[in-house]
Amino acid sequence: MFKDISFGQYYPVNSPVHRLDARVKLLITLMFVVGIFFIKSYFGFMLTAVVLVLIILLARLPIMSVLKSVKAVLFIVAFTALINLFLGGENGSEVLWAWKSLVITKASDHTTIKMVLRLVLLISGASLLSLTTTPVALADGIESILSPLRHIRVPVRDIAMIMSIALRFIPTLFEETNKIISAQKSRGASFDTGGPFARAKALLPVLIPLFVNSFRRADELAFAMDSRCYNATDKRVKMKVAKIGIGDVVALFVMCAFFTVIMLDRYYWCGLVDTLIFGGLL
Amino acid sequence: MQAIKITSLTYIYSKKTPSEKVALDNVNLAINEGEFVAVVGHTGSGKSTLVQHLNGLIKTQSGSVEIFGNPTTDKKKLKQLRFDVGMVFQYPEYQLFEDTVAKDVAFGPKNMKLPKEEIDNRVHRAMELVGLPYSDFAERSPFELSGGEKRRAAIAGVIAMEPKILVLDEPFAGLDPVGVEEITALIMKLKREVCPTVIMVTHDMDSASALADRVVALYDGKIVADGHPKEVFGNRALIEEIGLDVPFVARVVDRLEGEGICLDKGILTIDELVSALDKYKKLTGGESHV
Repeated sequence: MFKDISFGQYYPVNSPVHRLDARVKLLITLMFVVGIFFIKSYFGFMLTAVVLVLIILLARLPIMSVLKSVKAVLFIVAFTALINLFLGGENGSEVLWAWKSLVITKASDHTTIKMVLRLVLLISGASLLSLTTTPVALADGIESILSPLRHIRVPVRDIAMIMSIALRFIPTLFEETNKIISAQKSRGASFDTGGPFARAKALLPVLIPLFVNSFRRADELAFAMDSRCYNATDKRVKMKVAKIGIGDVVALFVMCAFFTVIMLDRYYWCGLVDTLIFGGLL
Repeated sequence: MQAIKITSLTYIYSKKTPSEKVALDNVNLAINEGEFVAVVGHTGSGKSTLVQHLNGLIKTQSGSVEIFGNPTTDKKKLKQLRFDVGMVFQYPEYQLFEDTVAKDVAFGPKNMKLPKEEIDNRVHRAMELVGLPYSDFAERSPFELSGGEKRRAAIAGVIAMEPKILVLDEPFAGLDPVGVEEITALIMKLKREVCPTVIMVTHDMDSASALADRVVALYDGKIVADGHPKEVFGNRALIEEIGLDVPFVARVVDRLEGEGICLDKGILTIDELVSALDKYKKLTGGESHV
């Protein structure tokens, strides 16, 4: 039932990308994601795709692991594409195809292609972060980035700890869900017959034990942390202190360059490169 | 009559990926009605994978599993298979979900679509069998029972389906010695009174040797030993090689051997040990320093 849920999980190899500081990777991902929303030309998409592939190669990830996360949201992409294709047309654009109130125009054609490209690049880019960073490093990085908020009394450390714990328990809960499903199946429960209402009701024998066990686990964990005198005060220090290295600076620099080109392309060159490269094709 | 017949069963997890793992490797096993079989093996030896084949939770990849002559691949009989092979998972108390014990025990029979009186009868009987008197426990919430009571309630939920084969996966996990004794007594009672064929997965060699009349040892997905506990545990070299513990009494026998008192390696119970020592004493004219 949950076999392919592993998308976006940490892929353990040693690569320059894996070694980057989690904070730097967070910043880079943020820039990448924001950058994608500023892209307007096909040249921009091409450049982003090239950068993405280069990062994947540098990170020694199999392309499939990245595409897997795209596969997980394929339905959303397809749905958005269809909506855009039929409803995204601008008035006055050349009509390519029409049936009753459904109209495909040249403009909607282009918006759709760009929308799909945008989504695919966005998801691939974001999945790179979790594929190359351990959940613990990620939580630490977020804590470090958010730490200035402590001055306005935001409990950053608590939030970071909650995040680490939540990430840590995702695989455990999946395993447990599978076990409970097996156990209830053994008692003759079926989860794939009947209407939607019957199916939802059939999930109760799984959800109730799952919730009960989660609370029990949370309770046990709280006791265990308490008996080790855990508290999230400023006095707590880290065993491993992350330091920014040369690689991190280079990565940031490259990313800034990428971001600048995307911005220049949108606001300064205004699709000039597109015309230069693709010419009459569009 | 043959209850279970497993023929050249092979199962591979994550087939055709880098993390491919052979869990079962050409397993052949026939279990007769009325046998008590303990399946033992180290973590990851394939015991859980093996027993989950018995009620079709895991679909066979290659080879076949037959329960009372019916292959488990028969989709139409899958439900019946689940009711025939009662599966008690490890920590079964974590699957209780209803607001009363009686309702929870009734979950299986309800899925069998039995008439209401029959369901009530079975719930009644199952609860009495596991030692949770209906009058006291029926209306209580399963979540406010003690650990041992919860486990017995969960076992009652499986027993209420009146299975022909009872499969128990680590039934003693997380129990204190008293709990182990209680569940042991319960299992023997169930075998005597309602379900003569029992298969128990365990890494507790003491219970395996004391309860079962046949021990099947798995190692790396293969059956490496199959026979009476005396035979299987008598082969100390093999037991050590496949990373299992030796039952307590057998450990005492080994220690005595180290002290120069050689007894039969097949001794597994305290009574056998005492009589063997008596015999030894007579033979050596009371010269032993035990």
